[in-house]
Amino acid sequence: MNSNGKSKSSLLRNNAVQTLLASLLSIVLGLLVGYIVLLIINPAGAGQAIINILKNYFYYPSEVKVKQYFGSTLVKTAPLLMCSLSVLFAYKVGLFNIGAAGQYVAGAGAALYCALNLKLPWFVCVVAALVAGAVLGAVSGMLKAYCNVNEVISCIMLNWIALYSVNMLLAGVKDSTSPYTIGIGSVNEAGLIPAAGLGVFFANNKYVTIALPCSVIMAILVWVVLEKTKLGYELRATGINKQAAKYAGMREKYNIILTMVISGALAGLGAAFFYLTGMEQWAVTQTSIPGMGFNGIAAAFLGGLNPIGTIFSSYFIQHITSGGSYVDKTLYCSQISDFISAIIIYLCGFVFFFKLWINRMLDKRDEKAAKTQKGGEA
Amino acid sequence: MLLLAQYTLIFASVLLLVAMGGCFSEHSGVINIGLEGIMVMGALGGALMMKFLDPSVPAIVMILMVILAAVIMGMLYSLLLAVAAIQFKADQTLVGTAMNMLGTAAATVAVRAINSAESPDNVSSAIQYIEEKKAFLININGFEFNWFMVVAVLVLVASYVTLYKTRFGLRLMACGEHPQAADSVGINVYKMRYAGVLISGALGGLGGIVYITAGVSEWKFENGVAGFGFLALAVMIFGQWKPVNIALASLLFGLFRALSNVYTGFPLLLSLKLPGTVYNMLPYIISLIVLAFTSKRSRAPKAEGIPYDKGQR
Repeated sequence: MNSNGKSKSSLLRNNAVQTLLASLLSIVLGLLVGYIVLLIINPAGAGQAIINILKNYFYYPSEVKVKQYFGSTLVKTAPLLMCSLSVLFAYKVGLFNIGAAGQYVAGAGAALYCALNLKLPWFVCVVAALVAGAVLGAVSGMLKAYCNVNEVISCIMLNWIALYSVNMLLAGVKDSTSPYTIGIGSVNEAGLIPAAGLGVFFANNKYVTIALPCSVIMAILVWVVLEKTKLGYELRATGINKQAAKYAGMREKYNIILTMVISGALAGLGAAFFYLTGMEQWAVTQTSIPGMGFNGIAAAFLGGLNPIGTIFSSYFIQHITSGGSYVDKTLYCSQISDFISAIIIYLCGFVFFFKLWINRMLDKRDEKAAKTQKGGEA
Repeated sequence: MLLLAQYTLIFASVLLLVAMGGCFSEHSGVINIGLEGIMVMGALGGALMMKFLDPSVPAIVMILMVILAAVIMGMLYSLLLAVAAIQFKADQTLVGTAMNMLGTAAATVAVRAINSAESPDNVSSAIQYIEEKKAFLININGFEFNWFMVVAVLVLVASYVTLYKTRFGLRLMACGEHPQAADSVGINVYKMRYAGVLISGALGGLGGIVYITAGVSEWKFENGVAGFGFLALAVMIFGQWKPVNIALASLLFGLFRALSNVYTGFPLLLSLKLPGTVYNMLPYIISLIVLAFTSKRSRAPKAEGIPYDKGQR
């Protein structure tokens, strides 16, 4: 019986288990707060609304629809996953890449410009998006390394600069009757990322492309680079202590810039993975930055800052965001799911404290157990 | 020209208020990225007050009640940051980002619920305050004078005095520079940080209501405050965390922001044939360049962003 208790406590002591528990707790509390808000607005439909948010595409009775909308949710998950990887990568090196949003915007601008104006094939557009994101990241990185500008501040400035520049850039390829850019499919078929037959699994959802497996591969790649290579080790060391890294002969300035370049490239790639499917067009009149990059922050922290964890957390965030559109619109608005995900990120801020608390509680229990055991022997 | 001056002054007032808010928070040692969200919540409080007050009440009552509502909402909302960052030692950037997202989402949900409760067909997220807004304005020969400009100047003077001439202000700044030293002479660092964040909430909320009443007479809460909170952060850094410099910086940034609204009235600017978005971008580009040159000898509070732990050396 004793050994049983011990294994249980050591399981709780496991860092990964604690992270998972903390994330699940955040989700449950976030949903609870959302439910309470729904209750306040209108008690009659609250339960149904929260179920609809959680059900998302299962809302449809027909299997074909379910498959199709499952595909759509996945298509939107791919860019979110890339953004959260971008945030995560920088965070592991001690940088807070709030600029993932701007890098995503830059990537979208580059990809759409190449596809619509220059009529280039898809892989060129993808590379263009990657480069655009990387350049924006490099600017923040260089400002941080050489001019001591806080990366959070420079990223915020760059977010807005990117948004307005992209709006200007894409104004040339705008549809004449709407504020949106022209559909890629209508002018440059080769600009769309190929589906490679993946659509079959999702009831011929034509937006499902190889972007999906690619984003998962990128997640695994990020994990490998961070955990299994010398480069990843150096970067993480720089993040933990810049001075110590420098003392150990690592090029700390180069590492900071490189991190932001990789981070920016990931976010830019995310934009290509989304806009080159043709699912949505860019509105050149938008005055607020797309939430994808900020949701990426949410997914990164909810996933416990683990690349594999973010695959699941990105899906979850996207799942409830899409689910928001199935609430009864006459009673509630779809922003309720934004509200819930914002609460969840807020709660993720408490993860550190939560772990501290668990460990302290376990320490106390162990102490007590040790005492009673001693008492019993004597 | 008059229009440009009017817009410059009102936008400068917004930036001054919010940047001063950020200034108090950072001097106490807490980075407040969530100013954008605080502005939205303050704006929501003020707008709701305007909605529910009878437009026929005396102007002074209207002004005071609206300011009070915005300030209280801003302070309540900033408690989210205070509790997480001070009590639970959470990552301040993360919490701030969450607050920005939460502010817009919560305001939209609230306004829609209120709107559709009034009439089921109304699913917009906008609040109108055409009549109520008139209480804040005095028309002087075509120049729309706004009482909030006076409020901003008062806040500036009060902030300067508080920060540099009172015991409270000097102690607050000590907590942002070296909390351990402050604690060793008997200053309660946690209390001071709470005070800093709450003041930033009050000023941020106030800035929010000023922003949404500047120029327009209805506000769609889906749009948040379009990056003004972030611009205020830039103003604060540009002003090197000093009230007078912040005031000058907010005038400069206000001018650029105003230009994007009224540049079509200037033949010289119009002849440059620049798209309007360029003027929107200018403040951000300039602050980035200035930051690049000034950050080496930055006057940022030394301990900002680091949670204070009594047990740590």
